[in-house]
Amino acid sequence: MFHWLEKNPFFFAVGVFVTIAFAGLIEIVPNFAQASRPVIGTTPYSTLELAGRHVYIKNSCNACHSQLIRPFKSETDRYGHYSLSGEYAYDRPFLWGSKRTGPDLMRVGNYRTTEWHENHMKDPQSIVPTTIMPGYPWMFTNKADIDTAYAEQLTIANVFGVPYNKAVPMKDGSTKIVKMGKDLKDAQALALAEAQEVVKNMKDQDVKDAVANGEIPEIVALIAYLNSLK
Amino acid sequence: MENRPLEYDYTVAKMFMVTTIVLGIVGMSIGVFIAFELAFPWLNTILGPDLAEYTNFSRLRPLHTDAVAFGFTVSGIFATWFYVGQRVLKVSMAESKFLMFIGKLQFWLYVIGVTAVVISLFMGYTTSKEYAEFEWPIDIAIVVVWVLWGVSIFGLIGIRREKSLYISVWYYIATFLGVAMLYLFNNMEVPTYFASGGIGDVMHSVSMYAGTNDALVQWWYGHNAVAFVFTVPIIAMIYYFLPKESGQAIYSYKLSLLSFWGLMFVYLWAGGHHLLFSTVPDWMQTMGSIFSVVLILPSWGSAINMLLTMKGEWQQVAASPLIKFMVLASTFYMFSTLEGPIQAIKSVNAIAHFTDWIVGHVHDGTLGWVGFMIIAALYHMAPRVFKRELYSKSLMASQFWIQTLGIVLYFTSMWIAGITQGMMWRAHDEFGNLAYSFIDTVDVLHPYYALRGTGGLLYLVGFFMFAYNIYKTMSARPVEESELQNASPMGA
Repeated sequence: MFHWLEKNPFFFAVGVFVTIAFAGLIEIVPNFAQASRPVIGTTPYSTLELAGRHVYIKNSCNACHSQLIRPFKSETDRYGHYSLSGEYAYDRPFLWGSKRTGPDLMRVGNYRTTEWHENHMKDPQSIVPTTIMPGYPWMFTNKADIDTAYAEQLTIANVFGVPYNKAVPMKDGSTKIVKMGKDLKDAQALALAEAQEVVKNMKDQDVKDAVANGEIPEIVALIAYLNSLK
Repeated sequence: MENRPLEYDYTVAKMFMVTTIVLGIVGMSIGVFIAFELAFPWLNTILGPDLAEYTNFSRLRPLHTDAVAFGFTVSGIFATWFYVGQRVLKVSMAESKFLMFIGKLQFWLYVIGVTAVVISLFMGYTTSKEYAEFEWPIDIAIVVVWVLWGVSIFGLIGIRREKSLYISVWYYIATFLGVAMLYLFNNMEVPTYFASGGIGDVMHSVSMYAGTNDALVQWWYGHNAVAFVFTVPIIAMIYYFLPKESGQAIYSYKLSLLSFWGLMFVYLWAGGHHLLFSTVPDWMQTMGSIFSVVLILPSWGSAINMLLTMKGEWQQVAASPLIKFMVLASTFYMFSTLEGPIQAIKSVNAIAHFTDWIVGHVHDGTLGWVGFMIIAALYHMAPRVFKRELYSKSLMASQFWIQTLGIVLYFTSMWIAGITQGMMWRAHDEFGNLAYSFIDTVDVLHPYYALRGTGGLLYLVGFFMFAYNIYKTMSARPVEESELQNASPMGA
């Protein structure tokens, strides 16, 4: 049979393809049948948080920080409850990372504050003297891309049915509604309102001024995102 | 037809040889630079605070991985295909104007694609998925380049004279099909600009899959990109170049059959080992572990087949630096295909995952196996495609030793770093509290990071020697034109 295949490239290629496609079919398809369902308390990202998530991705924070807590005592002691599949239901893309040059950030919102992040992102050595993390000062001047975040919200709401403007069940039995703007202007206003909340706890005067003028620096969006990681 | 040997046309092979070397230098230089950034963080702002955004570790890291994987390695795959393909199929590219045109088109589109990748990654356009960072317009360009390569492969096969496909061709076909399937499914994404009716950035897209599913597809891809870029086509190369260079026949046809079909079947299952202790279903994690261990069989099958090809001819290893490269490449292949399955065992993975040991593992495979094999292939090809003697054999030998030392420094330092950090993360004191804060486990790594950077630097120095050697070979006077050494004046 093999000698025959080697003389018949078409059937050879078909044979190879079937052999390699087989594992994918069996491993991946069943999991998709029960597509990621959110656990109670998991909410979609707001416009500003999503813009912050884009800043996180743009700077490849995931190259050094994981967002996956494994079910070991040492990890739950350090980072909090181990990760559940449904907590990632609104993560497109997933940001588990593959290397922990720095600590895990899955629940960083539980134990770090806006002020801490502000100082740390500007000059990490001022907080942790021996850290090897570089500073990200340009995030204080670059403007966050709210328009693209809103475009993504519209896309995932329409294409994947992500529940914006809908009541989402919370752990304490209440419900929460994550708002999405009716149009771009509305979305920008919502993001700005969120940004104003964040800068209340920030010190950098230029950032405060920018937000007062209706602009949102990347750092504000990033901190909103990091604070949402719980 | 005239009874004379075929004149193979290496135009396209030569073009891809150049990109192999250029992108190798780019990717490895960035690699060395970011390795030293981890040891000496002030390097992050070496060009000043204004440019720090572009010299920062996190912005450069995807550039390094993509430049060496899709620049250096994929160029090497293309270069060797356009050399090996013609020879084992006994047909010249010059016989088909169409295939020649497709080959050149593929090259220029590839160059445009690479340029777009470099610019977009510097600007921070990334999907965040490892080895699939490119945004959707570049994905489309990559698919076109890949399809053109497919046309070249099957076009050349279509007009072949040698009816039976040689082992290398099996592996090139598998590379083409495997990468096509993986790349398409992993890069399913919706461009938000069009889906939202023209809002925001045109380049931006959102993944079709969410959370755990996204992770599953990504590591099904990520693991098998390693299979079909760093393993399968490299085996294609060694099956051609080692017998050619040594004059020895392949040790066993049956072993090559077993390893080929075994590798095709087993490899795809093993992707789950990247997701051990994560939120993907447990049975998939277990499958990932088990198949990773089974994977030793077909991997070692190929490697042993190569080493036994040298049976009775081991003096060649001592005599020829080119054979040295290939024999050490197969040895590193055996080494990393044993190390990988060990790391895929759940209890080992609990310590190794997220640490530098994984980085070390990737590099003994890529530097030792992929890098050495591509270097050896280009050294074998250079005199034949440029019709000139190789510039310097002793330079090649020194390169071999410098790079080998570099690899050894690299993986030993990463072993120690990874296991040290993995053990420190999980250490508890007598009261059951964590024994170390995270920064303690970073501080301890400094000497190993410095050592790793040095290892990488040595490898890069060797690569520059390689580039110089090939450059001097290319630019030397052709053999035919140079005067015979003992030609008498009368004969001139």
